[in-house]
Amino acid sequence: MSDFTEAIREARRERRAPKRPASPMQRREARWGYAFISPWLIGFVLFSMLPILASLVFSTLDFQLTAPEEAAFVGASNWERALSDPDTWTSLLVTLRFSILFLPLSLIFALGLALLLNSAHLKATNLFRVLFYAPSMVPLVAGIIIWQQVLNPQTGWVNRLIELTGVQATGTGGLRWFDNPVLVLFAFSFIGLWGVGGTMLVNLAGLQSIPTELYEAASLDGAGWWRRLRSVTLPLLSPVMFFNLVIGSVGILQYFVVPWVLFGDSGHPDGASRFLLIHFYQQAFAFGNMGYGAALAWFIFIVVAALTAVLFGTARYWVHYGSERP
Amino acid sequence: MSLKIEASPRTSPAPERDATETATRRRRKRILLSGCTTLAAFLLVVLFLMPLGYGVVSALKDKDSVSDPNSSILPVAAEVFEYDGEEYDVYAVPMPDGEVRELALVEKSRESSVFIDPADPDAGPIEWDGRWRSLEPVTGFAPQWGNFVEAWNTLDFPRMFGWTLFYALTTMVGSVVSSALVAYGFARFRFPFRGALFALLLATILLPPAVTLVPKYAVFLQMGWVGTYLPLIVPHFFANAFNVFLLRQYFLTIPKELEEAARIDGAGPIRTFLRVIVPQSIPALTAVSLFHFFYAWNDFFEPMLYLGGNRDLAPIGVGLSYFSGLYSTEPHLVMAATLLALALPLTIFFAAQRVFVRGIVISGVDK
Repeated sequence: MSDFTEAIREARRERRAPKRPASPMQRREARWGYAFISPWLIGFVLFSMLPILASLVFSTLDFQLTAPEEAAFVGASNWERALSDPDTWTSLLVTLRFSILFLPLSLIFALGLALLLNSAHLKATNLFRVLFYAPSMVPLVAGIIIWQQVLNPQTGWVNRLIELTGVQATGTGGLRWFDNPVLVLFAFSFIGLWGVGGTMLVNLAGLQSIPTELYEAASLDGAGWWRRLRSVTLPLLSPVMFFNLVIGSVGILQYFVVPWVLFGDSGHPDGASRFLLIHFYQQAFAFGNMGYGAALAWFIFIVVAALTAVLFGTARYWVHYGSERP
Repeated sequence: MSLKIEASPRTSPAPERDATETATRRRRKRILLSGCTTLAAFLLVVLFLMPLGYGVVSALKDKDSVSDPNSSILPVAAEVFEYDGEEYDVYAVPMPDGEVRELALVEKSRESSVFIDPADPDAGPIEWDGRWRSLEPVTGFAPQWGNFVEAWNTLDFPRMFGWTLFYALTTMVGSVVSSALVAYGFARFRFPFRGALFALLLATILLPPAVTLVPKYAVFLQMGWVGTYLPLIVPHFFANAFNVFLLRQYFLTIPKELEEAARIDGAGPIRTFLRVIVPQSIPALTAVSLFHFFYAWNDFFEPMLYLGGNRDLAPIGVGLSYFSGLYSTEPHLVMAATLLALALPLTIFFAAQRVFVRGIVISGVDK
């Protein structure tokens, strides 16, 4: 996926190209180009650009879904409310806390699986790849329901398995995965790790594109497994890891379906499932405060944009774009 | 190789023998390593897929044993024996000679009871002295296949499948066709601001959908589209940034000479696209179509939002979440419904796994 960032660089280079007056043939080519990209261009204006701007306008209105004709301009009061609403800050905190647990966990797990599946020592590689990817094909809601029962404190296999090791897991003092604000983060993580297949395959493809000569050269220099991993694999895989990190962080800030299917907008247990998007959905659609909802949506937009900018800013320190790439 | 080692230890000079010994040692080490790696992967995959196994087992249990913390792992039920039109429970009965026989209890009384041997009912009643309440009932493997039928009918699966398929297929066609056109535009034509527009397209991948949601919902509501599939389907006909990116990467790998030949034959850009690019890109188009199909099959948030209270139209994900909420006291039925919902995507995946792995490669990681 390193091409993703490369494509952006390429785009920047092109913009700097000197301008020459266009010949009729070039103009004809340009017209065809615009014609081909017009579906996206129209869709972008209709479904992204105008709604983003409209959201900004909405955020200055007192606009109730049930009484649209009574919409009134209220200035910055929705914004003031968004920033002083304790639920906004709790939800941001809940979201960040979960990402600090889940992002490293899922990235490392996906990398470990990819290394395992890429190992020359593994037999029946293809079968294992398919089996590890299979849960990613389970529709999310179905996966949530399965995990809800596997993690059932009394009848679920996880607690019964833990009990085999001698730890008390079932019963009243046991592990109540969906009623404890800390344990529930692990329940969310299990569900998330089940869908790690896509990230794993992206890593795997990245590993396979590393030239084997580099490993041979490192081995000749006496590098062991760990040294080869640190000096060859990880640097060459860093663009892929960067891609996974960006997509993963942006995704987790919009975490919604899992807490929603499990707990709706109740925030159970103890506010631990009140994620940013749950807060937004509750205000905008459950309560019908479209103006306030728009302000919250813009708040989320700003958080995502800031985080993306920070990630891209750190990229130069740890992401290697080898010039030796063919 | 092992033959050579056995045949020549005495005659071969020392250095060569050392070499063959290192080779055997290395080979042994490799076998050991590969055994350990494969075993580790096997244990991990068993743990990883354990929830699926739990799902299958729970879906086949009856209501009582699925909520019983001490029930056995496999779906079992007390065995019964039908005799003279009546059903009798089967117990493990320790006989006076020390043998334990599985017998059907036909006549209960406190201190002694009458049994019948299910294997040989004509042998007549067997009198047994002892308290029948102290006996262990005999259980046998008894999968409740009926759970699937019940879940299928309660949820009205055919209708849900129908809507989900309709949604997945129409948006798949819309998204793949429009994305291919846009990708071709970006891959082959030079026009002002092409680079900036492509960067903008990539940036929309990171755009949080929430920021466009409120006005879109308000407009769709005004248009009377909320409660129908229109707000879910129409936007997919305007290309999807990720599909455009993947397809453009693939189109760039097609040699330009093919298109030039077509152009010399007098084909315009549209004909060139249809006659040259599309046939060359079948693997990429298939992969993108499959990715989209699964995305739509899984889609939850937008269908839930835009279909609103119209539960008759609910696709599988939304319907399943309603069902799991309403039937939380019947976990076996919920699990059966869940397995029905994941059967189709999982089957397609196992059948088409090659296309999948290739699809990831096409996505430009491995040029």
